[in-house]
Amino acid sequence: MLSYLLRKLLLGVPVLFGVTIIVFAIAHAMPGDAVLAMITAEAPSSEELIAMRRGELGLDQPLYIQYLNWIGQILHGNLGRSFVNGRSVAAIIGERLPMTLELMGVALLAAFVIGTTLGVISALRQYRLTDYSLTLGGFVGVSIPDFFMGLLLVYVFALELRWLPSSGISTAGDSFSLADNLRHLILPAAALALFRAAIFMRYARAGMLEVLNQSYMRTARAKGLKPSTIVLRHGLRNALIPLVTVFGLALPTLFGGSVVIETIFQWPGIGLMFIDAVVNRDSPVIMGYVLITAIIVMLANLATDLAYSVLDPRVSYD
Amino acid sequence: MTEAALDTGITAGASRGLWGEAARRFLHHRLATVGLVVLTIIVLACIFAPLIAHYGPNDIDLRGRNQPPGGVHWLGTDGTGRDIFARILYGGRISLSVGFIAVAISAAIGIFVGAVAGYFGGKVDLFLMGLIDMVLTFPRLVIIIAFVAVVGPSILNTMLVIGLLSWPSIARLTRGEILSLRNQEFILAARSLGTSPSVIILEHILPNVLSPILVAITLDVATVILLEASLSFLGLGAQAPAASWGNMLRDARTLSILESQPWMWIPPGAMIAIAVLSINFVGDGLRDALDPQHIIGGGGK
Amino acid sequence: MMHADTLARDKVEAAGQRPLLDVQGLSVAFGPEGRAVYAVNDVSFQLAEGESLAIVGESGSGKSVTMQTLMGLIRKPPGRVTSGRALFRGRDLLAMPDSELRQICGRDIAMIFQDPMSSLNPVLTIGLQLTEALREHQGLSEREAERQALDMLDLVGIANAAQRMQAFPHQFSGGQLQRIGIAMALVCKPSILIADEPTTALDVTIQAQIVELVARLQKELGMAIIWISHDLSLVAGFVERVAVMYAGSLVETAPVERLFAAPTHPYTIGLLNSIPSLTAANTRLVPIKGAPPNVTLPPTFCAFAPRCDHAVARCREAKPVLEPVVSGHAAACWRWRELQGLPRTPEAVMATARASGAAPNEPLLTVSGLKVHFPIRRGVLRRQVGAVRAVDGVSFEVLRGETLALVGESGCGKSTTGRAVLGLERPSEGEILFEGKDYAEATAERLKERRRDMQMVFQNPFASLNPRMTVGRIIGEGLRAQKIGTRTSREARVSDLLALVGLREALRDRYPFELSGGQRQRVGIARALAGSPKFIIADEPISALDVSIQAQIVNLLDDLKTRLGLTYLFIGHDLSMIRYLSDRVAVMYLGRIVETGSTAAVFGTPLHPYTRALLSAIPVPDPKAGGTRRRIVLGGGVPDPSKPPSGCHFHPRCPKATEICAKVAPEPRDFGSSASGQHLVTCHHAGEV
Repeated sequence: MLSYLLRKLLLGVPVLFGVTIIVFAIAHAMPGDAVLAMITAEAPSSEELIAMRRGELGLDQPLYIQYLNWIGQILHGNLGRSFVNGRSVAAIIGERLPMTLELMGVALLAAFVIGTTLGVISALRQYRLTDYSLTLGGFVGVSIPDFFMGLLLVYVFALELRWLPSSGISTAGDSFSLADNLRHLILPAAALALFRAAIFMRYARAGMLEVLNQSYMRTARAKGLKPSTIVLRHGLRNALIPLVTVFGLALPTLFGGSVVIETIFQWPGIGLMFIDAVVNRDSPVIMGYVLITAIIVMLANLATDLAYSVLDPRVSYD
Repeated sequence: MTEAALDTGITAGASRGLWGEAARRFLHHRLATVGLVVLTIIVLACIFAPLIAHYGPNDIDLRGRNQPPGGVHWLGTDGTGRDIFARILYGGRISLSVGFIAVAISAAIGIFVGAVAGYFGGKVDLFLMGLIDMVLTFPRLVIIIAFVAVVGPSILNTMLVIGLLSWPSIARLTRGEILSLRNQEFILAARSLGTSPSVIILEHILPNVLSPILVAITLDVATVILLEASLSFLGLGAQAPAASWGNMLRDARTLSILESQPWMWIPPGAMIAIAVLSINFVGDGLRDALDPQHIIGGGGK
Repeated sequence: MMHADTLARDKVEAAGQRPLLDVQGLSVAFGPEGRAVYAVNDVSFQLAEGESLAIVGESGSGKSVTMQTLMGLIRKPPGRVTSGRALFRGRDLLAMPDSELRQICGRDIAMIFQDPMSSLNPVLTIGLQLTEALREHQGLSEREAERQALDMLDLVGIANAAQRMQAFPHQFSGGQLQRIGIAMALVCKPSILIADEPTTALDVTIQAQIVELVARLQKELGMAIIWISHDLSLVAGFVERVAVMYAGSLVETAPVERLFAAPTHPYTIGLLNSIPSLTAANTRLVPIKGAPPNVTLPPTFCAFAPRCDHAVARCREAKPVLEPVVSGHAAACWRWRELQGLPRTPEAVMATARASGAAPNEPLLTVSGLKVHFPIRRGVLRRQVGAVRAVDGVSFEVLRGETLALVGESGCGKSTTGRAVLGLERPSEGEILFEGKDYAEATAERLKERRRDMQMVFQNPFASLNPRMTVGRIIGEGLRAQKIGTRTSREARVSDLLALVGLREALRDRYPFELSGGQRQRVGIARALAGSPKFIIADEPISALDVSIQAQIVNLLDDLKTRLGLTYLFIGHDLSMIRYLSDRVAVMYLGRIVETGSTAAVFGTPLHPYTRALLSAIPVPDPKAGGTRRRIVLGGGVPDPSKPPSGCHFHPRCPKATEICAKVAPEPRDFGSSASGQHLVTCHHAGEV
């Protein structure tokens, strides 16, 4: 088990290596660099000053040296400084990451629970009105873009009904409280969750339908077990296995979605930070963001693999 | 032959052939038929936009800014007095063509890479699959945004970047299909008859991998339209003054417009949803119609 | 309406009690009115306490649906019970609420299923799956339930039961799983066990184990059994009564001896004629014409009429009901009285005994020391960590004009051998001489040349035809590949081939999905014959087909052999069929041939212990033979071919094994005489008294 984990982690190394190269290439290809950014912010520029600063920062060295220097910095936890405000990227991310994880975590959990439940219900009611309506609802769900959903939710619940706040993580001026924060969380999390709940629902339905046709379900019914036992013990355990994969695939799209949703709701997470950085061409922040999302996605994939082997005894660790 | 009389089989009635059968199954799928009709209407309306809309997408009606829907401007006007209906039709041209062209690019790359990996196997396969896994772990929208940040936002760049970064899922599908086909008995039979590898690929493998790929491609168009909409909404896709469904929603970031001028943002959002929904219906119908299960048969007992 | 099931009734009345199970006029349909499939039509039968009844029928005959309906296992919708009652100890199973039916299922009526691999839940331990019914129905504590489950595992012969309770299904072999499935069904000591083809997915030696186990348990536990099967021979040995189903209807029911001695319904007669009997070898099989019907027409006529030689107008207009022939024997046929006088087998056929070719002796194909090993690769770097020794040193000859059968259980390497001979698998070692020329190491070009002379018929008629090609293109593929003839001449050749295999010209433009299984297999045969080969490798060509269709295909292969002067390598596992159609037999076990000789010699005086066990496991279509035949039931299952046992591969399961068997692999020795021809046996102990 432990060696399985280690091997999986080791397999991640070349992937991470590839990621850093891509990130570095993107940053390098970006117009503007750290020096120009600093200098425009400071004083009237002179060619000599630029050259000098470049030398100080190692920007006049060959690319691969710059890359190695950068990797070395990363390994020391140093992601560089923002061109815009000069703050340490690691610090900015450290400050904002929890907000994003809160948003994504709540959305993913809600999407999974709601989607799976509805999907299982839909499968159990196959050929009936419930199933048709849920399936149709699922189609609609995967066809509405996150941001449009977000706008609709704000329009209805924040602006028309005035039940919930339209943006931010807490009411301005008030001292931070969890209840207030959660009230602010509902709309963005719902916007992010609905699309994914529809996806989970479709897969849960398909998975459950397949499981229902398996002969071990027939065996369970032939034993005269209670319907709830049959569905929960024999059906759900098996139907969940392919859902784990869907769960893993949903994670990367969640990062994309959170960028959009954080923008709409001015949720001060790393997604909003990323978009601001893209608009300002703040490459250290962009690099930091891409790197950190890639690492999180990889760790999450690892967790998915583990969940897989816990749920399915047929998966072996070698 | 004495046993010829034995062939009193089950084949009464005219043969519909493969495509006839698929078409029948597709049309039998009610949602798919609806989707196809709606999609056709949308595409035609966008193509013939100049004939349908009374205004150009960037014509400014100075006297009629911020007008709600009415007789002159069917869906109203925006803050600069542009006709929303016209902008939706012209914007659809961009949104749909990004969808179709980007998917064409990614499908071409994906099928090629997948076929190479599936056909050659071994080290080539191992390398390509590793690459694909790597790309798939990336949040697609994030990496596309990062690339757009480098090359700068424009419609062309959006198409290219989406197309060039969306191929791995199709590659993976193609490879899987080819691998599972490679061990089918009818491929073995063809080999034992002395059929050459190129003919095997052309006659036996391609026609059989085509249908799942076609379904995946169709559904991909829907995904890419959503992707383009997100990009444009973030200001990283189609650039003003050009309209696309996504960037028309940018106005709604202002709370006052969001609250009091819903005609500016609900129609383009709804168009995205309707177009994507139609494509999803069509994809689902294709999946049923092209399902190999019914042509491979019950599979014995 | 008259529901004759008099035997059971007699028995029941004698015992002065009502029947345990009394099914009356059961009909089940699937799908909406108008597009319905009429799966079960007006089926009635009774079952007495402790009785064993077999329900026999081909796929789609409704035998499984009938039983699943009783257990409430069919899905509704699309399934519907359109009429009938099923009284279990006087209570109607079909009318009671689900919660009540649940009390009976699993406790009073239990079921075992066809595929043990898929009928156990893969993610739950077998301990849990064994105990849950006990806890549900008898409210036992976990510990008590476990104790009873353990006893049951012991009873069905699972060694080390206590430890195996924590194991998952994938950690067992197919035979073991079926034992566990039986234990699971029997934990609550039901009064009826329904066995739905429980041995069909298993190899013949494992099948023998399971049949023996169920027969023994029936006696020990005193329960009634309903055994569903497509195989008349299999049930002949151990049930008391047989009911034959066709297209959803019961067509005949009788005590087992009576059914085999005096079958009355033309379908039953047809079925018996299409299975080779071990006693009267070389009588030509008489297949039933046509294919099993699709049951989409309302059952208002005799469903068998289109395939019946004796059908008259009345048969097509009204549906016959079961009428008593004698006490306990009933048949549903309008004409059974008139037909009773007719000979059971048409005389014309009796006369034309199977043609056996002139004594051949010149080898067409010589295989020596053939090995095919598949590397097992693991890890990121795909390093080879071992090899599956699918074929591990096989030598045999096929003589010109003969049929050599290669026999063995699944995984013994017989199909791989066939593929290697054809060049579809690259041999790891060994020599393959065809007409004296070696081409084990041949280049692609030379292989291609050979392909004109050597062709293959595949097992699965569904998978072996490209679903997107028309029949005409499929048959002509070899001609195009080999560039034989012009376009026009190829078209003409395809027409000839269609006629040759008994297919109508009209099928040329059809796609495989529009054909029946038998028709597809004919297409496969026509494709193989296109280039006029001398030698055909038939890889289990009938095992995926229904019993009544198997005989059609076997006869076709037989006729083609005579007409075209072909030589066959026939790969199969159905020993009675192989005895019927082969001249010589080679028996394979775990990658090696253990015995080769003339069919008469191998089947008459088998010398290898494995051959003996295999032969004794063949079900015989004769209820009387069941009791007298001594069955050698092998323990365990076939070992993993990547880790074959040392020495003689068979020694761990061999009743005769001694020390030497584990150490030295035996060499083949000839025990033949000038009369019987060569008879090679690869066993240290062969010939010992």
